[in-house]
Amino acid sequence: MNFVDVVFYLFATITLLAGVGVVVARNPVHAALFLVLAFCSGAGIWMLLEAEFLAIALILVYVGAVMVLFLFVVMMLDVNLVQLREGFWRWFPFGALLAGLMVFEMIWVLGSSQTSELSKAVAHAPDYSNTKELGRLLYTHYVYPFELAAVILLVAMVAAIALTLRRRAGVKSQNISKQVKVKKADRLRIVSMKSEPKNQ
Amino acid sequence: MNLLANLLPAAAEVFLLVMVCAILIVDLMVTSRSKIFTYMLVQFTLLGCSLITVGTHTSQVVHAFNGMYVDDLMSDVLKMISYLGMSMVLVYSRQYLMLRGLFTGEFMVLALFSLLGMNVMISANHFLTLYLGLELLSLSLYAMVALQRDSAVATEAAMKYFVLGALASGLLLYGMSMLYGATGSLELGVISNAIAAGVHNKLLLTFGLVFILSGLAFKLGVVPFHMWVPDVYHGSPTAVTMLIGSVPKLAAFAFTVRILVEGMQSLVHDWSGMLIILAVASMALGNLSAIAQTNIKRMFAYSTITHMGFMLLGLISGGIEGYGSAMFYTVVYMMMSLGAFGMIMLLSRAGFEADTLNDFKGLNQRSPWLAFMMMLLMLSMAGIPPTVGFYAKFSVLNAIIQTGHTPLAIIAVLFSLIGAFYYLRVIKLMYFDAPESHAPISMGSDTGLLISINGLGVLFLGLAPSTLMSICAVSVQQSLLLH
Repeated sequence: MNFVDVVFYLFATITLLAGVGVVVARNPVHAALFLVLAFCSGAGIWMLLEAEFLAIALILVYVGAVMVLFLFVVMMLDVNLVQLREGFWRWFPFGALLAGLMVFEMIWVLGSSQTSELSKAVAHAPDYSNTKELGRLLYTHYVYPFELAAVILLVAMVAAIALTLRRRAGVKSQNISKQVKVKKADRLRIVSMKSEPKNQ
Repeated sequence: MNLLANLLPAAAEVFLLVMVCAILIVDLMVTSRSKIFTYMLVQFTLLGCSLITVGTHTSQVVHAFNGMYVDDLMSDVLKMISYLGMSMVLVYSRQYLMLRGLFTGEFMVLALFSLLGMNVMISANHFLTLYLGLELLSLSLYAMVALQRDSAVATEAAMKYFVLGALASGLLLYGMSMLYGATGSLELGVISNAIAAGVHNKLLLTFGLVFILSGLAFKLGVVPFHMWVPDVYHGSPTAVTMLIGSVPKLAAFAFTVRILVEGMQSLVHDWSGMLIILAVASMALGNLSAIAQTNIKRMFAYSTITHMGFMLLGLISGGIEGYGSAMFYTVVYMMMSLGAFGMIMLLSRAGFEADTLNDFKGLNQRSPWLAFMMMLLMLSMAGIPPTVGFYAKFSVLNAIIQTGHTPLAIIAVLFSLIGAFYYLRVIKLMYFDAPESHAPISMGSDTGLLISINGLGVLFLGLAPSTLMSICAVSVQQSLLLH
């Protein structure tokens, strides 16, 4: 058992335990944090497979953006745990059946003779850069679909803004630039009045 | 391959994308009263695109971007017609949108994005680009259906369209992944060669074909994957219904032909059998359901289902005549549906939608010319000479009889006869019934001119269809390498 194997089993164990933690944690915030841990150790396993770019993207995108958003939502919503856990045992046999089915499928696929030939990963030379290879493919061979995907994201953005942004009448909001630009004369009115005799 | 050789065939798409982004920014500086400026810019973009498409046209089939993009005669012709169609959609819907507060930059930008998606689909040569083009088109359309936020029907329609569209995309992707597994490539030409050379796993190929065909049927809106069509047509603002019901049909035609004919020509016996079921079911259900509709947008939705089923007949018969007539049918259908939906928008006014059959009662007394145009369009949809609809149906039937599917042709004619009822009913309502309201019809000179050109064009093309027909035949012959 060499060093790589030790690291792999370490990450794999953490991933599995974190996965169990996501399901069994009572507090939804803890569950989300367990998921973050699972992503991080998953990224570690990808790193072992020489897929550095994907590993870093997983952490940046999923841990950095998606999970943080998720945590915000979880914290803002008042999740009723009792209601969530209701009917757990009633649906347990069904869930167990599905899980068993998936385990059976995985054993079937991974145990077949075809996959055992594929599973031998090829080790690359030390100067091999996964990021460079991905970039080379994306920006040469697949540049057209890559740009199209970017256009689709732009459409999604335009559509989301067009559908959600609207100015309702009577909404009170601050106009910062107006506030900054305000002059004394706009706010203060000096009225000259005759002095009145003091009431006696 | 250098950059210019790749970019030149796709110059029209590049120009379109650049202009969309520019319009997106320029529109921010245009006040909501002078949106006509954005509108003119959009029309200018369409004009520019068509000039570039003509300018970069070559007589050969050009592949670019490592075989992901193809520039051939069929793609150029379909693109030119799609620019024209999109321009007509915008002219027809300008006043309608203004009255409903929808005449915004977003609407026009999304319309151009959908056009970009269609163009990508039309000249795609790779499953990746086909799929991305389709998603670009669909996403823009989903958003456009939902733009009228305060309307519950529109929101419901958008929701249904979105969910069912996502399901269809899933089916399509699943089928594509199976074909990739069976042939080892996503490029249509390579897939076609691999299938012709014999594929090890035939079962995988068949399953892939079934999934792809289901996805295609969803997007075309043919029975039994038609459930979304009536609700979406009914619920959307009429301008969006017009857009959904007209120009994307060209892209759907190109999409279907590229996948089935270019990619899977060797499996023609497998897929043409499935297409027969789809076509017959669509013609039967579409025509029979359309009779029961009182809402004219719903009626046209069922009529679309029928027309798409009829178009599939051309694909079933195959050969230059078959594919050429299917292309001709699609182009003609686009023209007719543009005119029909344009008429609904012409009769609508602020706060009033002329979308029931009763709104067409006595149109002859209110405006004889509009009634005449509508009559031409309805006659064409029903397939009655001398309009072009007759010639389109005739050429498809001719192709299918020549390939020995006479029973299919008889079924098609029978259902067209049933279908003629509801088109003729509209004419009867216009000419023989008393009008329900005498509200004046206000139309701009541009829309008035366009509807006249559209209606008379349907008549003129029916009298002289040979030019368009030969263009269609030559382009499918060149693009699909038929002999």
